Amino acid sequence: MDNLKAIVEGIVFVSESPVGLKKLKGILKDVEGKEIIKALDDLVEEYDKRNGALCLVEVAGGFQFRTKDNFSPWIRKLTDIKPVAISQAAMETLAVVAYKQPVMKAEIEKVRGVDVSGTLKGLLKRNLIRMIGRKDVPGRPIIYGTTKKFLEVFSLKDLSELPTLRELKELGE
Amino acid sequence: MGYEIKLDIFQGPLDLLLYLIKKNEIDIYNIPIAVITEQYLEYIDVMKSLNLDVAGEYLVMASTLIHIKSKLLLPVHDDTEDEEDPREELTRQLLEYQAFKEAALNLDTMNLLGRDVFKGGYLVGSETDGEHSLEELSIFELVEAFKVMVSRINPGEIMEIDVERMSLSERMNEIMERLNKEKALTFNDLLGGLSDRIKIIYTFLAILELMKLRVIKAYQSKPFGTIRIFLAVED
Repeated sequence: MDNLKAIVEGIVFVSESPVGLKKLKGILKDVEGKEIIKALDDLVEEYDKRNGALCLVEVAGGFQFRTKDNFSPWIRKLTDIKPVAISQAAMETLAVVAYKQPVMKAEIEKVRGVDVSGTLKGLLKRNLIRMIGRKDVPGRPIIYGTTKKFLEVFSLKDLSELPTLRELKELGE
Repeated sequence: MGYEIKLDIFQGPLDLLLYLIKKNEIDIYNIPIAVITEQYLEYIDVMKSLNLDVAGEYLVMASTLIHIKSKLLLPVHDDTEDEEDPREELTRQLLEYQAFKEAALNLDTMNLLGRDVFKGGYLVGSETDGEHSLEELSIFELVEAFKVMVSRINPGEIMEIDVERMSLSERMNEIMERLNKEKALTFNDLLGGLSDRIKIIYTFLAILELMKLRVIKAYQSKPFGTIRIFLAVED
């Protein structure tokens, strides 16, 4: 398929959420995965070379067109854009969930030293974390983890891309 | 119920302690408990004098500090040489909190979608994005909807001859089965077609019970709008 790159470009452009390889394979049935990957790589490079406002990035297990970060001052001036803001308290709770998942509320509270009901609720509402299930211990507490939306919002390909947590030095060395 | 501290400078007692440690250039592995406790209590007094609600967590930490201080003052018996330093647990907690505080700051420096980088159709997408603009419902709004549903039954039309035995868990299972199949149901789907008062009541109780167990969630996009019910746990 000689216009493969253009087709991939179109699909990714229109899609609401990041488009994964699996989805592209489902649409482009007779094209080999290798070729699709090549088309995506070429597109990433093309947009990079073009030096425009857009770039094609790999996030949350798929590809997405986005504006580059240095254009945010202008884009935010568009009417009605309320920039995403996450309070420090919410960010701390989110960090604990992200690094310790699957994690219970009590564990988060132990790390932060404060009640986290409010921040947990807010993060759930914003779809950055979700309930994964319940732990099989007395009281069956809910366990939490991050969502795909979390990866998308924080521009991460997957959880392994999280910056490494500073090693907790063992006491009494 | 805990009350929240309105002073937003510190994210809790651990944050305040870290601040004091930094301010005094103290070695976190060797905290002079007496000094820190004194300063910590001073801060709490200041908060109180500013008429700020001091959250319970701050007071718990104050008592922990005093407890550690008193333990350090007690003479150590020879045979308990191996006993651990009473400060050790606190130091471990502080180090862990510090690591996550740093991680939170790191996360904040990432390119955030909607703040630093934007995707196409962001204006339309973000705010009116169907699913996320749904407000989670409390029990009260559900009860309101239930009242409307029951009031629709015309009592004259119904003649009950045999009261069918119904079990709550049966209705709960039915709802869960339907939800697993259909992913989302409206309040009407579940209760609308029913004319049997007892069945309506049981179905409603089953919904409340499932909400209490947090396996389902109810949402509404606007007051008096359609109530939608989803599974709370995906997969």
